[in-house]
Amino acid sequence: MKVLNCFKILFIVLLFSCNKKNDELQVNSTDVTKSNSNTIHTISTDVKMVYIPGGEYKPFYGSDAVLTKVEPFLIDERAVTNSEFLAFVKANPKWKKSNIKKIYADSTYLRDWQSDTELPKNAKPDAPVCFVSWFAAKAFAQSVGKRLPTLDEWEFVAMADEVSANARTKSDYSDNIINLYLQKNRQYNQVKQSKPNYWGVYNVFDLIWEWTDDFNSVLTTNDSRTGQYEDKSLFCAGSATSSTDILNYAAFMRFALRTSLKANYTIANLGFRCAKDTVIIKNK
Amino acid sequence: MQKILLLLKINNMKYISYLFFSVVLFASCKEKKQKAAELPSDSIFNLTSNWKNQNNDSLQLKKLQGKTLVVVMIYTSCKSACPILVSKMKNIESKISRNDINNVSLVLVSIDPKTDTPQRLKEFAKDNKMDAPQWMFLTSNEGATQEFANVLSMKYKKISPIEFSHSNIISVFNANGELVSQEEGAIDVDKVAKTVHETVQNS
Repeated sequence: MKVLNCFKILFIVLLFSCNKKNDELQVNSTDVTKSNSNTIHTISTDVKMVYIPGGEYKPFYGSDAVLTKVEPFLIDERAVTNSEFLAFVKANPKWKKSNIKKIYADSTYLRDWQSDTELPKNAKPDAPVCFVSWFAAKAFAQSVGKRLPTLDEWEFVAMADEVSANARTKSDYSDNIINLYLQKNRQYNQVKQSKPNYWGVYNVFDLIWEWTDDFNSVLTTNDSRTGQYEDKSLFCAGSATSSTDILNYAAFMRFALRTSLKANYTIANLGFRCAKDTVIIKNK
Repeated sequence: MQKILLLLKINNMKYISYLFFSVVLFASCKEKKQKAAELPSDSIFNLTSNWKNQNNDSLQLKKLQGKTLVVVMIYTSCKSACPILVSKMKNIESKISRNDINNVSLVLVSIDPKTDTPQRLKEFAKDNKMDAPQWMFLTSNEGATQEFANVLSMKYKKISPIEFSHSNIISVFNANGELVSQEEGAIDVDKVAKTVHETVQNS
């Protein structure tokens, strides 16, 4: 009789624990579907967007004859900040540091954050957010109803200096950018502390490198139809023949970075800003 | 005396049945736990994009879970590199042992979703004699395609309305969607076939 009771108890305990486990599993699996869903919760930011009229421009790579058309678009006047990204992860737990899937971001995602919802020690809320992957940048852009700028859009804006829309031909244009690129730890500074460029866009060069939507369109592999995108033409002296702008060493640096990136990489001084399509055509 | 014996028998039966149900319960409990095990964090099955195959079925990549995957991105109107990639895929397929083939999916993902409709993929599959069940053709929209290309670290650029430049990569994923290996450029089909065999054995 004692033995029977023992088994009765065992049975009940097992039944109970099994049920409990199943409950837990159910909760887990709803969690999984939740975090797996594509839904991005919207947040709002107060960043001003600047109208860029677009136009034809000569891409840094490609043959001289080919001008690329850039349609009018809107771009954030500054990069996405730490505090904005914090609001984004609070609204979208899937993108918190502890929940992030490796497929979307490597192990240094939001590296210096003290916790899921605490910025790095001593970090300025208004400094650009870094250690974010392309996937994370895309998701953020979606959460504010925008997108990432294309490579052509970004480079179009980057042609400007403080006083002209296209400063490429000026001898000191590239030198100035290189000097900015050489300064260390500039990503910890607040946005909008330096002068904006011709369009009213801040910190194009002086704080961080920025993700573009189609960063992976810089080809360095063997299916190169025109022969201009091969590794050797991008990185060796031979490049001078296919680059349209041999003195633009700063652009070389950006293109070299882009070709080396993978979409889940997170880097200390790589952040982003958002852009948006526009139907308004303004006269400038 | 007899009554006592009978009681004992009943007790014994109860004892046995409780034991039996306990064992069943325990086993089923365990099984459920395994089933609900979470996907690896770097699995491509975490992607939630929606795709269509050559039969016009809607699916998510998770649907491919359980098989070793050989994945390539191409577009069907391609005249230069893709035919080589397609023939490499066929070559790899022919080198996979028939014992393994039921555990393998060879997946061709379109980088040109506008042109490559499910119907077009179906025709392409037929024309290229790739209509056995192990062949899967997928097409989606620009966003999902771009995301998937970035998961494969694949570079591509539309250089004209009908032409793309793109890197040539064949990737092998295990049954949980984790990347096992990638071959880029001049792809060694024997090496890929060997990787596929080992991946099937390990899963």
